[in-house]
Amino acid sequence: MLKRTTETLRGIGHRFINRIWRLGTAARFFWRILRRSTDKPMRLIKLTVHEMYATGVLSLVIILVSALFVGMVLGLQGYNTLQRYGSADAVGVLVALSLVRELGPVVTALLFAGRAGTAITAEIGLMKTTEQLSAMEMMAVNPIARVIAPRFWAGVISMPLLAAMFSMVGVLGGYLVAVPLLGIDAGSFWSQMQTSVDFRVDIVNGVIKSFVFGVACTIIALFEGYDAPPTAEGVSRATTRTVVNSSLAVLGLDFALTSFMISV
Amino acid sequence: MDRTTMDLWVGLFVAAGIVALIGLAMKVGNLTSDHLGDTYTVSAHFDDIGGLKPRAPIKSAGVVVGRVDSIQFDSKRYDAVVKLKIDKSYKFPKDTFASINTSGLLGEQYVTLEAGGDTEMLEEDGKGKIEHTQPALVLEKLIGQFVSSKAEGDSSTPQNTMEDAQ
Repeated sequence: MLKRTTETLRGIGHRFINRIWRLGTAARFFWRILRRSTDKPMRLIKLTVHEMYATGVLSLVIILVSALFVGMVLGLQGYNTLQRYGSADAVGVLVALSLVRELGPVVTALLFAGRAGTAITAEIGLMKTTEQLSAMEMMAVNPIARVIAPRFWAGVISMPLLAAMFSMVGVLGGYLVAVPLLGIDAGSFWSQMQTSVDFRVDIVNGVIKSFVFGVACTIIALFEGYDAPPTAEGVSRATTRTVVNSSLAVLGLDFALTSFMISV
Repeated sequence: MDRTTMDLWVGLFVAAGIVALIGLAMKVGNLTSDHLGDTYTVSAHFDDIGGLKPRAPIKSAGVVVGRVDSIQFDSKRYDAVVKLKIDKSYKFPKDTFASINTSGLLGEQYVTLEAGGDTEMLEEDGKGKIEHTQPALVLEKLIGQFVSSKAEGDSSTPQNTMEDAQ
């Protein structure tokens, strides 16, 4: 009995220490990316642009289509409820505030983790499996500076841009439902929105959120790929972990950031 | 894909992102409509501010002339001190009357300024004080008054008829 209890406790302790250990490795990995980013700035910019095509431009379709539908659904649902209280005109406020404050950054980050994060993890994991990263080191090319840092900066720059586009397209989707379909006056739709949405409190905070999510999602995707066991199974598990960990990180960070922003 | 097309796509992507951000700021947010130039601050004491919040609009004749800066409790007078930030291009006489109104039945609350007839204007050095104010109409109080007056009315009617009959 006593032996079994100690065995279980030891198992828990072992896993806990492993988690902390991994977190520490990830933090050092993050630090190495930042330090290596100053190596060759011109090359980094060129490579970052190249990577932004993969992470940003190719994510556009899914982001924009989701945004349109999220906005339209918000418009329909908001109208349905608000109309009972005789304030259907406020549907624009509802759509804009929920998109700019929460849904824009969060849904973009979740889609980004699924669309771009997995691609990054699989790519880096496969590079490691086929020993391309070691080969680079052999040729005195630092893989962190050459492969990891451009992907990191591409993700960090792309995320706020994608989130801004998500919010804007979502608002347009809400407009499409509210004004031509449900017959709300276009003037009151926009003017009520403008009186309620504050640039500093709502829009800037949304951008800050999406920036933080961009750092979190990209670093998780890169680290999982870099840390993946060099086997087919290892890469597949790392890809799954990217999606799970990024989503949890985004939702947890969102709560933390919102509670800070609301209290200020 | 060759280098130049990729650069073009990334350039378009960045431009679209920035346009979306500016669009959010201008069309969705209040960056354009909220722009108050130079402002001056005056204070006003209210017995009850209801649900007034900082940044609520200040309107005169329906036009937004400023925003509520801060709301504090005055522990000497036991009422609320509201600091009002008013656009410098609008001057108000000293006997301006301030009241707290609600847009619609349940909408947001705002401050209304009604100009008086004084020839002297409110000081713009932050010491200006609005003397005449009207507290916010609190819906619960209003309903309470209505219910109690109704109850009084109901109980008095049968008495009256009794007296009449006698």
